[in-house]
Amino acid sequence: MKTPIYLDNHATTQVDPRVLHAMLPYFTQNFGNAASRNHEFGWVAEQAVDKGRKQIADLIGASAREIIFTSGATESDNLAIKGVAEMYAEKGNHIITAATEHKAVLDTCKKLEKNGYRVTYLPVKGDGLIDLDMLREAITDKTILVTIMYANNEIGVLQPIAEIGKLCREKGVLFHTDGVQAIGKVPVDVNKDNIDLMSISAHKMYGPKGVGALYVRRKSPRVQITAQIDGGGHERGMRSGTLNVPGIVGLGEACEICRLEMPEEMKRLRYLRDKLRSKLEAGLDEIYLNGSWEHRLPNSLNLSFAYVEGESLLMGINDVAVSSGSACTSATLEPSYVLKALGLGDDIAHSSIRFGIGRFNTEEEIDYVADKLIDVVGKLRELSPLYEMAKEGIDLSKVAWARD
Amino acid sequence: MAYSDKVLDHYNNPRNVGSLDKNADNVGTGMVGAPECGDVMKLQIKVDDASGIIEDAKFKTFGCGSAIASSSLATEWLKGKTVDQALAIKNTDIVNELSLPPVKIHCSVLAEDAIKAAISDYRAKQSKKAPAEQTVA
Repeated sequence: MKTPIYLDNHATTQVDPRVLHAMLPYFTQNFGNAASRNHEFGWVAEQAVDKGRKQIADLIGASAREIIFTSGATESDNLAIKGVAEMYAEKGNHIITAATEHKAVLDTCKKLEKNGYRVTYLPVKGDGLIDLDMLREAITDKTILVTIMYANNEIGVLQPIAEIGKLCREKGVLFHTDGVQAIGKVPVDVNKDNIDLMSISAHKMYGPKGVGALYVRRKSPRVQITAQIDGGGHERGMRSGTLNVPGIVGLGEACEICRLEMPEEMKRLRYLRDKLRSKLEAGLDEIYLNGSWEHRLPNSLNLSFAYVEGESLLMGINDVAVSSGSACTSATLEPSYVLKALGLGDDIAHSSIRFGIGRFNTEEEIDYVADKLIDVVGKLRELSPLYEMAKEGIDLSKVAWARD
Repeated sequence: MAYSDKVLDHYNNPRNVGSLDKNADNVGTGMVGAPECGDVMKLQIKVDDASGIIEDAKFKTFGCGSAIASSSLATEWLKGKTVDQALAIKNTDIVNELSLPPVKIHCSVLAEDAIKAAISDYRAKQSKKAPAEQTVA
C-alpha cells in the first residue's frame, strides 16, 4: 500500500489511464481545430468531438445535440443561470435555489440579484434535503428558473431530483441542476427526471480538468440561453471558443467508462464506504453522520468526531487526503456553510471530515484509514477539555464560554 | 498548510497534558475560547505556597495543531516561574518560538489569555483564603 492515500474524490479525481490513453493522440498527431471544415485535420478533430458528445449524451439519456462544451462546471453553472435569466427576462425575474448549493451557483445568483433579479434561497432540512412543499410555495408567476444540485459536494446527499423536475414541469418553470457530483456515480436520466439544463464536469469522474459541458434540452420544452462568451459562434452560438478537443475526448471516454461500469462500481464503492463507517462507529463513540444516509451518493461519507477539531485531526492523519468543514481549513476562516445550513452547531462543523471514496481506492486503504482515525481521535480526545467535561456530565451547550 | 517543526513536535508529543484538582486552593484554572469558534483551551497552574513558584502546569486543548502547540509550550514555560514572571509571557513570544503564521496568531493570543485567566483564578482564591486565615489566627 502506498501513502498518501487519496480519499478526497469530491474535490477531484485521478484521470483514469484509459481516459488518458484516449486523449493522447489529440495533442500531437490529431491536433486539428474542430471548426476547420476544409481539411482532414479539422475533420478528424470534429469526429472526435462528435463521438465525445454522443458518449456524454448516452450517460445521461440525452441526445448529442443537447450537449454544449464548456471549460468546466463553474462555467456551465454560470452559462445556465445567467443564460436563462437573460433570455427569459421578459417572462420573469425570479430564480429559486438552495442554501447548500455550490458557490458557482450561489455567487452567480448573487450577481444576478445585483442586476435586479430576485432569488429565493431555500433552506434545507436537517438531513440536507430541500422541502418540496417549500419549493412549491416559492414558485410564483415571475419564476423563470429553479436550480438545485443533484448531489451535494460536501455531504453527498442526493436531492429529490425527479420530484423537483416534475414540479417544475407542472409549473412551467425551467429546471437546472448542477450534476457534477452525481453524474457517473449514480444513474442520471434527464428525461425521467425532467431536467432542462444540467452542468457536467470531467475531472470529478476520472476525466481531465478544464473541460465540462452543459446539457440544454432541445425539445418539450426547447430551452434557449443567451451566450455569456461571444466570439466565433461555436456550440450553436451558445458558447464561443475553439473546442478543447483532447479534453472533450477525455470527458467522453470518462462518461463511457462510468456508464459501462457503474453497476459494479456503485456496489464496490458502497461496500467500502459502509465498511469505513461501521469500523469507525465500532471503534469510537460520539461520531455523527452529516446528511441523509438513505439519499446519498454511494462513495460519500461526512462525519463529525465530537470534541475534536477538524484541522488537528487532519494533522494527525497527514498521510490521508480528506477535507474538513472546519474553519481553520478554509480560506475564509468560516466553518462550512453547508453544515451550518443543516442546523448543526459550529462546533459540529469544526469537527467534520468529508470522505470521498473513488475508483482507485482499495479495501486495504479503507482499513488503514479507519484504524488510523480511531487512534488519532482517541489521542485528541485525551487532549480535549470538551471531552473531559462531557464525560463529567457537563452540558456543553449550557456553559458560559469566555468569548473574545 | 505547512507546520513548523516545533508545532509538529508539540502536536505529536504534547507536554503536560492533563488536569489538576480545580478545587484546590493553590490551583488556578483558566478556560478560554468557545467550541463554536473552534478553540477551547484549559490551562491550570499549581503554585507552591511557600515559594510562590509555579510547580506544575497542565493543559487540555480543543483546537487546531497550532492551538495545541501554543498551550503545550505555555505549560513548559510556566513551570518554575513565579506568578509575576508568568504574567510577563506575551503571545508574541509564543509566535516567535513556534514560528506561527499570521492566520495562527490568534492561537497564541488564546494561550496568553489562558495563562492570565489561570493566574487570576489563583489570585482570587488566595485573596478569599487570606482573610479566613486571619480569622482563625
